[in-house]
Amino acid sequence: MDVKVLLVIMMSAILVNNYVLSQFLGVCPFLGVSKDRKNAVGMSVAVIFVMLLATVATWPIQHYLLDRYNLGYMQTIVFILIIATLVQLVEIVLKRYSPSLYSALGVYLPLMATNCAIFGVTITNIKGEMTFIESLVNALGAGTGFLLAMVVFSGIREHTENADPPPSFKGIPITLFSVAILSLAFFGFSGVIENMFG
Amino acid sequence: MSRLNILTKGFIKENPVLIFLLGMCPALAVSTQVSNALGMGAATTFVLLGSNTVIALLRNVIPNKVRIPCYIVLIAGFVTLVQMFTEAYVYTLYQALGIFLPLIVVNCIVLSRAEIFAQKNTVFNSILDAISTGGGFTIALLAIASIREILGSGTWFGLEIPVLAAENIPIFVMAPGGFAAFGIIVAIINKVSKGKALKKKEFGCEGCPSAQTCVKGGVE
Repeated sequence: MDVKVLLVIMMSAILVNNYVLSQFLGVCPFLGVSKDRKNAVGMSVAVIFVMLLATVATWPIQHYLLDRYNLGYMQTIVFILIIATLVQLVEIVLKRYSPSLYSALGVYLPLMATNCAIFGVTITNIKGEMTFIESLVNALGAGTGFLLAMVVFSGIREHTENADPPPSFKGIPITLFSVAILSLAFFGFSGVIENMFG
Repeated sequence: MSRLNILTKGFIKENPVLIFLLGMCPALAVSTQVSNALGMGAATTFVLLGSNTVIALLRNVIPNKVRIPCYIVLIAGFVTLVQMFTEAYVYTLYQALGIFLPLIVVNCIVLSRAEIFAQKNTVFNSILDAISTGGGFTIALLAIASIREILGSGTWFGLEIPVLAAENIPIFVMAPGGFAAFGIIVAIINKVSKGKALKKKEFGCEGCPSAQTCVKGGVE
């Protein structure tokens, strides 16, 4: 196992191909929940958690069930069902065995079933022909990238909420423009990966 | 509500993307070219037509408690159909849309129309509603894509525009330009409607199937 490859996948998912800011995955929860930093962190931790679990569940199914029996065309249906069921299961298990974790993440779990970032990460793992370990690292990186974008943006948003833009730009447009500028900032990372190991 | 009203409301007045701010991920991701936007709009409209029709047909059969999983499976089925069709007949579009084609499954516009409209209305009205919502989604995508393609690559539908083609602003084709173009459009809507259209709207919660749990949890 080459650690360098894993590091490249991780850094690329966090910085260069940030799921929200450059791939437009999970924009809705990003804009909806980033108003408050505490919620932003809770939501992102739940996203990381579910992304990892979803990868653990979907990767073996794709490789040992769908590929083996030529059922590749069932991918969309099977994956969305697995993710929806998984979210329900996690909610039940957490409620029963870990009330403290449930009280922290529980409210965000129902939002995960229709979160395109989760579904996106499971499909990217398969499309990118990653091994199981690479997929896990990719999921962790994607989730961490989501957390980073969320935390940074919730900080920016506290300021735009109090700013005084032209009337037609109040609220949603000014928020979108701040995301555009943040996304521009993340463009600065695009050369990092190629030069990371000389 | 009259049938004509159902058929036309989604285009402008209750546009799913521009007014309700739903389905922003695909709207921003595939709007780099007008032709991709049109393809994505057509694919989503087909899925909406299929899911709305079948859900309206089965509205008295599906048990209330498991309705969301049922809807998701139905929608996923239609998405798979679209995936297979585009892969076989419009392969360039299939490659251009990439991951966002299977992601129609988690597009909240489709699920919210099932939840808000199709499960309570007749088949014919649901079909009208699907045309209206799908049309509105396509209009929104075309609007965003026009801004991005004209400014970003100086073309429209692949046709070169004389002066702009030489003096293009490539950032509009990239990710930041997507957010900015969408911001410009929402600002214009605010200006034209004098702030009425979006006055009480917040990001993506109107008609979102998870809105209730979301509000319950104190997230919004």
